[in-house]
Amino acid sequence: MTLQDIIQQLDLTALTRKTDFSGITPASGYASDLLSCVMAGARRKSVWVTLQAHANIVAVAALLDLSAVIITEGAMPDPSAIAKADEEGVILLSTQMPTFEVVGRLWEMGLRTESR
Amino acid sequence: MTQTGVNEGPIRADRVITDGAAGLITRVEELAYELKIGEVMTSPARTVTPDMRMSDVLALFRDAKVSGAPVMANGELVGIVSIADLIRALQENNTAAAVSEYMTMQVTTLEASSPVIEALKIFAATKVGRLPVVDQAGRLVGIITKGDITRGVLRALEYDYQEEEVRKYRARHLFEDIVSDRTSLTLRYKIKQGDFAHGGNASSHIKRALVRLGASPQIARRCGIAIYEAEMNLIIHTTHGGTIRVEIEPHQIVMETIDDGPGIEDIDLAMTPGYSTAPDSVRELGFGAGMGLKNIQRCVDDMYLDSTVGRGTRLEMRIFLKPDEQLGDPNPSAERAGRNGGASQ
Repeated sequence: MTLQDIIQQLDLTALTRKTDFSGITPASGYASDLLSCVMAGARRKSVWVTLQAHANIVAVAALLDLSAVIITEGAMPDPSAIAKADEEGVILLSTQMPTFEVVGRLWEMGLRTESR
Repeated sequence: MTQTGVNEGPIRADRVITDGAAGLITRVEELAYELKIGEVMTSPARTVTPDMRMSDVLALFRDAKVSGAPVMANGELVGIVSIADLIRALQENNTAAAVSEYMTMQVTTLEASSPVIEALKIFAATKVGRLPVVDQAGRLVGIITKGDITRGVLRALEYDYQEEEVRKYRARHLFEDIVSDRTSLTLRYKIKQGDFAHGGNASSHIKRALVRLGASPQIARRCGIAIYEAEMNLIIHTTHGGTIRVEIEPHQIVMETIDDGPGIEDIDLAMTPGYSTAPDSVRELGFGAGMGLKNIQRCVDDMYLDSTVGRGTRLEMRIFLKPDEQLGDPNPSAERAGRNGGASQ
């Protein structure tokens, strides 16, 4: 399953520069709004689902080499946060759906948590 | 997953997509958006006129080694003639015919200032092999083919690759080139209290520096996580911010944060997962999970936390590098031998 499949099926909006999403294959998924939990729990190349939209999610995603961040409930990062994400090569995706629904849909598509 | 060396080449023949290769695939796509058609096109384009004969086109294609040419009349683009049109004329034994009889009249043009992706979209959607490129005033400035795009992207990739490789090369040889009994590199960052907008910047810079110095992705990630938590602690919990100091040696990385208050009352309690003194305003941003110090402990080999209420806090984190993880040149003796060999020739 590629990021392109996820974007299409969940009808996500790319906030950062559009790249070849079909060339990115997320390894697993993770959901939390607490950054330290993400730091501890999110695996490399995973998709992170969160309601947080401030600039610090970019730093977290870059440090962990995440595949993408899905920001839920229509929360919108500042333009400066989006610019920083573009600079760091972090992909930010947006949806009006709540986190619960996004995670459910990703699970249905076959995305799982990676065993440690 | 296998560990990939940071000095791995950009193009691999096998189909195992490594982290490095995945990054480059994305980079190619980025380049399709970043590069402008004007940067990769062939300019000026060889042109023909409608009244020229197809035999003239044959001579032009053969001599100039092109496979298509815009047709111009009085400075206006009126069509395009390709090798397929020429083959038709040859089949019909009609090379004496005028270009206007065989050319394609409805021609899509591209603006030189548009990104290369626009050309790729048209090439993908149609059977055309080349497209005339015009400036903003609609004047012909060149011609673009898929080959032009491939060459342009490869050139840009090679440039990117060389830039980063040169940086890595320079950084890696630092420890080898400077002779001392014990060489270390110290990085210092000033962190302001409450500066959430720049939170994580120092950590990102430190992680990048380690990668350039030859750290494995795993080591760089562990350092990145530990220093990020420590950096955020300075931003969230200190009175006046503090300093990050990272001392890098080939065999170990020592990271340290120092602040002048307020200090931690109960270190054991601070280390307890889930315990946090972060105010609600900060928790709303997703901080204050009470996991920071625990995360640091998990990522480093050695952690030392010293704090006095009213005086400040000092946190020291150490990561020891195994012999095969050492920073600097991975194999200095072999290279030195090679270099001497070169000098003696």
